[in-house]
Amino acid sequence: MPLYEVLLQQFANGLILGSFYALVALGYSMVYGVIKLLNFAHGDLYMVGAFAGFGALSLLSGWLGGGWGGIVPAMLFSMLAVGVLGVIIDRVAYRPLREAPKLSVLITALAVSMLLENVALAFTGGQYTAFTTSLGFAGINFGLVHVTWTQMVLVGTSVVLMVVLELFVSGTRHGKAMRAIAIDQDACRLMGIDVDRTIALTFLIGSALAAAAGVLAGVYYGSINFFMGFLIGLKAFTAAVIGGIGSIPGAMMGGILLGLLEAFGTQIPGIGSEWKDVFVFAFLILFLVFRPTGLLGRPEVERM
Amino acid sequence: MSEAAVRIGRPSWSIRRAAGVAVLLAALAAVPSFANNYYLEVLSEAWFYVLLCLGLNIVVGFAGLLDLGYAAFFAVGAYTAGIVTLRLGLSFWLSLPISVAMASIAGVVIGGPTLRLRSDYLAIVTLGFGEMVRISVRNLAVTGGASGLVGIKRPSIFGYHLDSIGAYYYIFLLLAVLGVAGSHRLENSRIGRAWKYVRSDEDAARAMGINHAMVKLAAYILGAIFAAIGGCFYAAKMTAISPETFSFNQSLLILLGVVLGGRGKIPGVILGALVIVIFPELFRDIGSMRMLVFAISLLLIMLFRPAGIWPEKWR
Amino acid sequence: MDALLEVNGLNLSFGGLQVLNGLDLTVGKGAIASLIGPNGAGKTSVFNCLTGFYRPSGGSIRLAGRRINGLAPYRITKLGMARTFQNLRLFRELSAAENVMAGRHCRTGAGALDAILGTPRHRREERAIRAAAERWLAFVGIPEASEQMAGTLPYGHQRRVEWARALATEPTLLLLDEPGAGLNSAEKGELVGLVRRVRDELGISVLLIEHDMGLVMQVSEHITVLDYGRKIAEGDAMAVQSNPRVIEAYLGREEDAL
Repeated sequence: MPLYEVLLQQFANGLILGSFYALVALGYSMVYGVIKLLNFAHGDLYMVGAFAGFGALSLLSGWLGGGWGGIVPAMLFSMLAVGVLGVIIDRVAYRPLREAPKLSVLITALAVSMLLENVALAFTGGQYTAFTTSLGFAGINFGLVHVTWTQMVLVGTSVVLMVVLELFVSGTRHGKAMRAIAIDQDACRLMGIDVDRTIALTFLIGSALAAAAGVLAGVYYGSINFFMGFLIGLKAFTAAVIGGIGSIPGAMMGGILLGLLEAFGTQIPGIGSEWKDVFVFAFLILFLVFRPTGLLGRPEVERM
Repeated sequence: MSEAAVRIGRPSWSIRRAAGVAVLLAALAAVPSFANNYYLEVLSEAWFYVLLCLGLNIVVGFAGLLDLGYAAFFAVGAYTAGIVTLRLGLSFWLSLPISVAMASIAGVVIGGPTLRLRSDYLAIVTLGFGEMVRISVRNLAVTGGASGLVGIKRPSIFGYHLDSIGAYYYIFLLLAVLGVAGSHRLENSRIGRAWKYVRSDEDAARAMGINHAMVKLAAYILGAIFAAIGGCFYAAKMTAISPETFSFNQSLLILLGVVLGGRGKIPGVILGALVIVIFPELFRDIGSMRMLVFAISLLLIMLFRPAGIWPEKWR
Repeated sequence: MDALLEVNGLNLSFGGLQVLNGLDLTVGKGAIASLIGPNGAGKTSVFNCLTGFYRPSGGSIRLAGRRINGLAPYRITKLGMARTFQNLRLFRELSAAENVMAGRHCRTGAGALDAILGTPRHRREERAIRAAAERWLAFVGIPEASEQMAGTLPYGHQRRVEWARALATEPTLLLLDEPGAGLNSAEKGELVGLVRRVRDELGISVLLIEHDMGLVMQVSEHITVLDYGRKIAEGDAMAVQSNPRVIEAYLGREEDAL
């Protein structure tokens, strides 16, 4: 394939990958913004979402078919179910430890992550589960580059979700509350904002987005397994850092950027698909050392 | 200088305690004479994890740095031993000082970027580094790629070939004992206190003239050395190593050993290490479910006794 | 009198806010000096710049003739400048003695290897560090608090532990950030005595930030007045009290505060 078409192909791949990363990074960033915790279990919610969507699709495909007619309701169901799961996790595991030392909360998040992964492992025995849909490979051709309708719908769905989120956060009272809490939690309590409720809402939305990404990933890759949350958790974190943690547009931008970086990275001689993860992590280190607030984040001024 | 009866941080080595330890060690040393190979294997593995958990405890328990990629240092030791003996054809014993040097470098490379990071970021970055090391040894030819290194020759010492399960039982028991002694001395020393100060209030520590960066790096390096030495002997014992041994799961297991027993307190860490090795052996039917059981236990401990089974005075 | 600390034209800004605006400040060798000013004048920021925690955007800071702005905090402490904090920053879960021992870290050198091997250097230094901690706690008047957890001590004693900790670093200049805050009048009297002893017996120069004017007038030989990040007056107690600019700065602020 001529260079132009290789790059175009990778651009398409990168966009899709990036939209998954962006959806997961959003949840990471939002939760970090309100409670200053990196929810370790977030990547695993993506995995649970994929399985929930798979389960729902299996049940629904009888009536609604295995195409988008069945997938969208399955995805919505999964978003709701995993959103609620996220709220439960916050309520049971994180809320009691709001005042505890950082180390304790981090370890708790790790425990939740382990729990989710091992439950999934127990159910699937470690095998890959095929996520079958009746979507074909029809699409448009740009020269030798073939972009399927499915891929375009995937990216489109992600964009729609992100736009809805942005409208919600900037337009509604709840969204404003979320942003306020990120700035000063105690002041919010004094103003009568129900902080715990708003945090729960943040978990609901963040987890739902991760679940959506999980279902879409299941559709795209055709198979899911209990460990898929691990790597995406790391990459989504990287994306959130690149874009600026706590910033919603940052998470979106970071996600797309990371997807493109990874896709183009595989074409760099010497890197290929074996080293792409190392390549991606190298960016994480670089950003954390040289620009920890990311591209869109605001520097935190620490007053003694 | 006043002679207070109980002092925080001062080791009180009374005669009785020393005698008790001596009896315990003698009993442990006598085990190979009556135990069968299965028990010896399990206990060897237990002493090995005691060493590793003590090493991670220096980083997590003493210095308060949540390192989720500790298996990387273990890998450095194991692969150094493998490369030194297989690829370079040198004596195994040379791999010890070399892996100490490699571990120190790794400690600086992995610890360096994390010095200014908050605990959450630090955790994920160290996790990332752990993955990078695993991926690297899986991809590089010198480390044997995905199949790893096979056929590592077991060493001899003073003409005696270290080839039996009993020999490795003693080696790992000795390493565990040295690890306990080393950790204990570090805890009650100038650097041990520096870790406590930096962990408690980093800026106040800096204001008192403590170079927090050096103090943290020292923790990474010392922890790395513990793991690397363990890794060398692990390679000698197994004679074959592959990248999958050094995955995040391994880092997690070692962390479990440190945390289940109570972060920071050496007896708790020993207990935790024993639990993670012996528990799955006692309940073999649960087998693959053991991580699930650990996960639930960890969650319950964090919710009800956040300092672990043996609490250290936490804020 | 020689100058121990010389600050010239110090500038500091946060975002768009100019906190320090060409500040000049001098502390003589063996002096007890104070830095005062209305709230928000920038006093604690001065300390943070002096100790290396804030990076000034301009100006210079010299300790015993040596330029120290831009150096890391731990190096500045090693060069002889120690501080206490306005809001007390003790290592609360450690004992009072262990807190004071922290001050000895920069004056000793036994490393990890010394510790593991139990070398003579390690053992010698450990004995010396413990002895020093006991001595400093006795100097500040609370030898009995040695093994108690610092966070459980009464407030006045916690303040003394912080002084002992700072003194243990063997400074030539001691910075005290609102040392009188939260103390009753008897304790404030003891504070004056302590400040004098630090200078008279140990030869350490002292620079205090303080709001309690009575305390300031009682203990200081030289006072610098700060307002809006720059020096507006300096001199001894009499001179400063009668300075119209100083009066206006304080009274003017009170009016605004209403």
